[in-house]
Amino acid sequence: MSLTGIFLISFLVVHVGINACIWANDGGGMFNLASHFMATTVVIRIVEVGLFAGLVLHIVQGLVLEVQNRSRRKTGYAVSLGNKGSKWYSRSMGLLGTLLLFFLIMHLSHFWVPSRFTELPSTEINGKEVANQYAEILRVFQNPVVVVLYVLGCISLMYHLLHGFQSAFRTLGVPNGKYISLIKGVGFGFAIIVSLAFAMMPVSVYLGWVS
Amino acid sequence: MEHYKMNLTLRIWRQKNSETKGRFETYKIEDISSEMSFLEMMDVLNEKLIREGQEPVAFDHDCREGICGTCSMFINGRPHGPWHANTTCQLHMRAYQDGDTITVEPWRANAFPVLKDLIVDRSAFDRIIQAGGYISVNTGNAVEANSILVPKDQADSSFAAAACIGCGACVAACKNSSAMLFVSAKVSHLALLPQGYPERKTRALNMIAQMDKEGFGSCTNTQACESVCPKEISMTNIAKLNSEFILAGLSD
Ligand code: SF4
Ligand code: FES
Repeated sequence: MSLTGIFLISFLVVHVGINACIWANDGGGMFNLASHFMATTVVIRIVEVGLFAGLVLHIVQGLVLEVQNRSRRKTGYAVSLGNKGSKWYSRSMGLLGTLLLFFLIMHLSHFWVPSRFTELPSTEINGKEVANQYAEILRVFQNPVVVVLYVLGCISLMYHLLHGFQSAFRTLGVPNGKYISLIKGVGFGFAIIVSLAFAMMPVSVYLGWVS
Repeated sequence: MEHYKMNLTLRIWRQKNSETKGRFETYKIEDISSEMSFLEMMDVLNEKLIREGQEPVAFDHDCREGICGTCSMFINGRPHGPWHANTTCQLHMRAYQDGDTITVEPWRANAFPVLKDLIVDRSAFDRIIQAGGYISVNTGNAVEANSILVPKDQADSSFAAAACIGCGACVAACKNSSAMLFVSAKVSHLALLPQGYPERKTRALNMIAQMDKEGFGSCTNTQACESVCPKEISMTNIAKLNSEFILAGLSD
């Protein structure tokens, strides 16, 4: 759970970095070059297989853990501890993860499937033919429903990371006192910044901040 | 502190034995002094029940001074009641006001089956200790304290972990019914001292194996345990247990 989680976190760093290129305001040139590199480099293709494996493993581990842990208390409490002892999102990782899974299916069908299995219209940058993934982004995010769903997905991601980031390091036994406050701080910042950056992408497109 | 009397409504879990289904019973109780402890209030209730020819409420208690860990009650949604770092026996009725309704439940976890009313079977904890929560050499008589030097910070951390009284509130509070805080306290307590250090790997592996066998859940770091622990055992111990466990697994 923790290892696959940290692996997926490292993927988010790459993903958010590349997507941030849409704000270069160069008509998508930088973004298209970056996504062309990601789509055509052999090493990246191999890493992609690893990424899907990690993702599936994380999902399976998560579901198994959730089912097992839920079965440990057959009779529940009449009055429960609730938020008096822990944050709601730390107790809702199964739910948040499931929401993220639905989001991911939608997200992959919007961008990954078309770019991998269909021929996208191409554009020319510095004399090179590259798929115009940028135009895809502009097209998909014209739909307000999609934008709202993406923002909700990013909110789920934020809460999932708020707990998951620091929890992963604790499970790996990162000791004690001084490091854990550092990890909590970094995890908090990471969750907020990454989710906000992702959420701003569909919003910026929809509001016409990038074109 | 001002003394006052109060009338209360108690909703208490009654269950004949581990085979039967239990249910809540409601009792009215009058003239409870704010200076009583929670268990004294339960004694008053039980005397009243006995006078009325009813069966008294069975609950665990022993030291009544916060050190034995037997007084397990889940009071209004929190193990050991509303006060921070406190046991049920050290909870006083000044925590309540006239007219309050108090719901009292037993610890809920498959690994802690209800024996009767509010008493649960916590022998799973004993079996976890038996699996490795000890030092297997005979240490003989108490030796001169300075013959084995222990760094002050380690002695302090070990002592803080040793404060665990095995009450099970951590399990009761955890959404996964995980016993990690308890086990981590026991493992840290011994692993931090020179006498316990050599066996730390087998200890961590065996105690965790027993914990899983008893049917406790896995830790997902929600921190509910730490927030209710009467002895303020820190979750830092869980990270320590995890690292002991991982290192032991890697080196075997
Ligand atoms: S860790 Fe705290 S809550 Fe858990 S058994 Fe020990 S004293 Fe009780
Ligand atoms: S009766 Fe011993 S700790 Fe409460």
